[in-house]
Amino acid sequence: MDILVFLIPVSLSLGALGLLAFLWTLRSGQFSDPEGDAARILLDDEDLEPQPPRPSTNRR
Amino acid sequence: MTAACPACGGAAFAPVRPAAARAASEARTLILSLPEIHCAGCIAGAERALSDVPGVISARVNLTLKRATVRVADAVAAETLTEALARAGHRALEFDAATLAGAGDDETGRALLLAIGVSGFAMMNVMLLSVSVWSGAEAATRDFLHWISAAIALPVIAFAARPFLYSAWGALRSMRLNMDVPISLAILLAAAMSLFETWAGGRHAYFDAALSLTFFLLVGRYLDHRARAAARSAARELAALEAPKAIRFGPAGRETVAVADLRVGDLIHLAPGMRAPVDGVIAEGRSDMDRAHLTGEAVPVPAGPGAPVSAGEMNLTGPLTLHATAVGEETSLRRMTELVAAAERGRGTYQTLADRAARIYAPGVHLLSFAAFLFWAWQSGDLRFALNVAVAVLIITCPCALGLAAPAVATAAAGRLFRRGVLLKSGDALERLAEVDVAVFDKTGTLTTGRPRLATEATPEALAAAAGLAAGSAHPYARALAEAAEAAGIAPVPVSGLVERPGAGMEGEIGGQAARLGSAAFTGAPDDGGAAIWLRLGEAPPVRFGFADEFRPGAAALVAALKARGIGTMLLSGDGAEAVEAARAALGIDHAEARVSPAEKLERLNALAAAGRKALMVGDGLNDSGALAAAHVSAAPGSGLDAARVAADMVLLNADLSALAGAMETARSARRRILENFGLAAAYNLVAVPIALAGFCTPLIAALAMSLSSITVSLNALRLR
Repeated sequence: MDILVFLIPVSLSLGALGLLAFLWTLRSGQFSDPEGDAARILLDDEDLEPQPPRPSTNRR
Repeated sequence: MTAACPACGGAAFAPVRPAAARAASEARTLILSLPEIHCAGCIAGAERALSDVPGVISARVNLTLKRATVRVADAVAAETLTEALARAGHRALEFDAATLAGAGDDETGRALLLAIGVSGFAMMNVMLLSVSVWSGAEAATRDFLHWISAAIALPVIAFAARPFLYSAWGALRSMRLNMDVPISLAILLAAAMSLFETWAGGRHAYFDAALSLTFFLLVGRYLDHRARAAARSAARELAALEAPKAIRFGPAGRETVAVADLRVGDLIHLAPGMRAPVDGVIAEGRSDMDRAHLTGEAVPVPAGPGAPVSAGEMNLTGPLTLHATAVGEETSLRRMTELVAAAERGRGTYQTLADRAARIYAPGVHLLSFAAFLFWAWQSGDLRFALNVAVAVLIITCPCALGLAAPAVATAAAGRLFRRGVLLKSGDALERLAEVDVAVFDKTGTLTTGRPRLATEATPEALAAAAGLAAGSAHPYARALAEAAEAAGIAPVPVSGLVERPGAGMEGEIGGQAARLGSAAFTGAPDDGGAAIWLRLGEAPPVRFGFADEFRPGAAALVAALKARGIGTMLLSGDGAEAVEAARAALGIDHAEARVSPAEKLERLNALAAAGRKALMVGDGLNDSGALAAAHVSAAPGSGLDAARVAADMVLLNADLSALAGAMETARSARRRILENFGLAAAYNLVAVPIALAGFCTPLIAALAMSLSSITVSLNALRLR
């Protein structure tokens, strides 16, 4: 049962990794237009600016 | 999906031209509504059309919200963008950015998503640890696993369960019981008891159950919030579509001001096509006024200097100068809104199915669990065991499925309706729509388009001459004549010296002889009071052109669908008896009343409610707004007046009325689905509660019962068609 000392932290950190990935998707607005994202993969040209324009930032 | 898009064809997949880089220092953001986009081709087409407009820095279409966010240089007007989109085949409307402000960032929704993510993570991990306990971990190992579970579960519960705890605390403080009270009690008791058992080295800890309760209920809460937020933002979007502006003659000439800044005595310019912003008297100019939204009359009324104009009337033909006599609160428009407010106060609050279920459920659960505690404390004398049973009962009966059942179905149904062009403005409108047993319609603008159509036969020569005269006017009859000539393939006769006499008609010369098209008095014809205009060429006797209102597409189909379902139909119109009877007969409506005033409409609806009927009201005008608010459930076409759309529970975004029949079908199956879900949840309880009461419940059984019932309920909700 000594292996638990390693396995439990490993499983917890893997879970935490997933949680962090979810937090990142939440922050970067990837849930703001699910239908649009589904449709855009059909377009030939690359989506150069995959996030909605925000008034405060100036990316071009 | 792409193939079904009429606006785009297949050719819209050309690459989007990258917008030229420009100084973005004085750039601003415009938000446009694109109600008809629905496929990848539409996205590409709309974005390309927008990027091609000079001055546009970037454009991004959001298909979910059916909106485009456009960064433009300061000089670019929203009209330029909507025109460019119209050329590309996309109907676009401008949103008032100020009204929409704050609508985009949904704080509560994001906080809920975050809580779902955190509790989901914790649930998975604790569940994994629990699996090893269930599969036989003993003594020190079990305690060790329990302690780790506690270390994960307790902070997560403190963070993620806050929405329930706050709501339950609020209810308890005002001496009420709501659904969140048993939820909070179950979560807190389960956590506290598990902590005690862990400390005492006991066999059962319910950390996984407490976490999965939190997780599933948060999902339900999030769906509920999304449905409400969508309804709220729909209402806000509708308000944002109308930016109330007026043109006033100020000391420095014409100035555009907000309607709220107008004062009594101001002189206001009213161009053809504009709606009067205030009550007033015409100081200068002649025109025809369209009062359809206020009174339901389909025929425009001529007006000249001295004639009173009510706020909300549309100016059709000539420019007018209006002397404001009542503004803001005193206008007839506002008095109509008071009628709406009164009707809304009278309607009372509707109890949703979930509310009604919770009212029975919450006290029952508490009593059951308390009774189990008392019984086992008396029977075995072991308080610890009795508490274990009580907590197990609370966890098993926790309204997981109940909290998920209604929101999951409502979300699925609202999504379906939105795709069909029906926008739900209030969360429980769907449930109320399912109960409807009588439908009441307004005529002008609702069953009809409000656009007249030539109804009498005319010789090609007369039609050609009339179309020639009509070419210069924006009057609905003139436009109907021009359309009729075009449809018949008749070229309009050229007219020289064409002038519009607002309030009377058109005048000009055809082939050297004087020609007039207009009202009976203007052309010297006998006035028969019908919806008609007359053509007079030289000294020849006047020719009559009669008009009828055109039915909205789907109107007949809707009435037929309602009758097939045994729902009574009724027509209440402010228009004349003849026009109303013609519409009633053409559509096969059961019962019709003409010349009904707004207050009488409200009265009829109240009478129906008093007789126990559940009425669906469909109307578009101000005169309907009181009735819309009083009805059991109401719908307004998107072309309707702002006031009507605000008062109604649903807005039909497409011109086709038959979408309403589909909406009713969806509402009924949604109601059936919700009841089924309650049944499923009850069935799970029937199996699991006796086990818990008998004291045989283990954390494994609790976790299984809870997860299975939640998943079954969600899957059943997704079956909705």
